[in-house]
Parts: sequence; structure tokens; C-alpha cells
Amino acid sequence: MVERHSGTVYNLALRLMNNPQEAEEVLQETFISAYRALDRFEGRSKLGTWLYRIAYNAALMRLRKRRVPTSSIDEPLLTEDGEAMPRQLVDWTSLPDEILLSGELRGVLDEAVAKLSETLRGVFVLRDIEGLSTAETAAILDLTEANVKVRLHRARLALREHLTAYFAPTGRVGARGEAYVRAV
Amino acid sequence: MSVLCRETLGMLSEYLDGELDEQLCAELERHMAECGDCRVVVDTLRKTVALYHTHGHRDVPADAKARLYAVLSLETGS
Repeated sequence: MVERHSGTVYNLALRLMNNPQEAEEVLQETFISAYRALDRFEGRSKLGTWLYRIAYNAALMRLRKRRVPTSSIDEPLLTEDGEAMPRQLVDWTSLPDEILLSGELRGVLDEAVAKLSETLRGVFVLRDIEGLSTAETAAILDLTEANVKVRLHRARLALREHLTAYFAPTGRVGARGEAYVRAV
Repeated sequence: MSVLCRETLGMLSEYLDGELDEQLCAELERHMAECGDCRVVVDTLRKTVALYHTHGHRDVPADAKARLYAVLSLETGS
């Protein structure tokens, strides 16, 4: 159980808490709770789903206690339909190897996820980092599948903005992005 | 930003996940063939997802895993 599921539990906790020490505490708490309640596990969901739910709830409890206000990057410009709108329109898809192979990339990716709101972070980690299905993510986070899809889309758009701002050539982004926003 | 751009934007994640039905997919691709801005958004969105897929996971540190096994063996008495 630990070998198979500790990775996802740890990643969910790490991204939610933004702190390796607290992520480790959530990891321990999750498996201790799971072992204590194992005889009550009814097998109606997969073992992984059950464990990740315990981990998510443990992380949420800690976050509620912490109550530190954070600024998030997922407050996008909205169209009149309430749809998030891209601000940055520069193609940065051909990243040089020195960025791809360096620790810099990991740092940039971590920072961007950390700036998402908690409601988007859980969905993004489970779907796009840990590769869980929409249905399993919905069961873990107690959301509808439609809600998971909406949150995932918002998270991706917000992260794309952040990465564009970082990776796009300086100077071109602002001018192009602003022009695009003005055109709406 | 045209109406088509807005509609495209709303469907991009489903498009990237292969969950869009065939007809909508074809409409979206027709629009993207003509709209450079939407092409940039879809390409960079795809790249964003791919980067996290490949580089987003963090392994549990070896010492953290050792401590986890230690607490669990105390807990289970094994």
C-alpha cells in the first residue's frame, strides 16, 4: 500500500501545503489513519481513491488551521460569458535543452502551481501530475465530474499564463498580450 | 477576440484530452487553421500540460519514506 500510493499522497500534500515538512506530516497522518481504519474500508471505492481522500482531507484541515491569505494567479480576465481569457500570446513551445534539463524548470513549475488557488490545485495535481481519471478525481475531491473539468481547464489556463510570462522572450509578451486584451 | 475564439478557448482542455466530439473537433481545427492567436494558445497550453506531466511529480524523499515506515511499524507493531 505504501509503495504504490505514497507518491500520489505525497505529491497531493506537497502541492496543497507548499511545504515539504508539512507534506511529510500529512503523508504519515494519512497512512496511520488508513491503517487504523483499514477494517472499515468497504471496498466500494478503490483503495487509492480512499487513501487520497484521507490525504486531501488531512491537508485541508491543516490549511484551515493555517489560514494564511495567499494571492493566486487564477484570477483571470473574464469575457462577458465568464470565460477566462488568455492575456499572453507568445509561442514559447520550443524551450532550449538547458532549461528543460535544469533545476530552473522545476522551480518555475513549482512556483506556478503554488500560486493556484487550493480549489484548482487539488484538481490539477490529481489529473495532470498524477494522471488520475476525471471520475476518480471527482470522487476524491467530492466534486462532480463537470466541476473537475471546469477547474482543470481554469488551472491549465492560469499555469499557461504564468509559464508564458516566464518563458516568452522579454518585451514581446506585454505588448502582444495587452493588444489582445484591448481588442476584446 | 472573436466569438469563435471565445468558443475555442472554452473547449481547449477537452480538445487536448481527446474528449471533444468529432464535429466540434473539426470546427475547432478549422478555426485554428485561420487564427494564429488561438493556435498559440493551444500549442502553449499543450506544452504546459506536457511539462507538468513529465516534470511535475516529486518523488517522496528517501528519508521521509524511511520515517514513514518507522512510524507505521510502531503503529502496527510489526
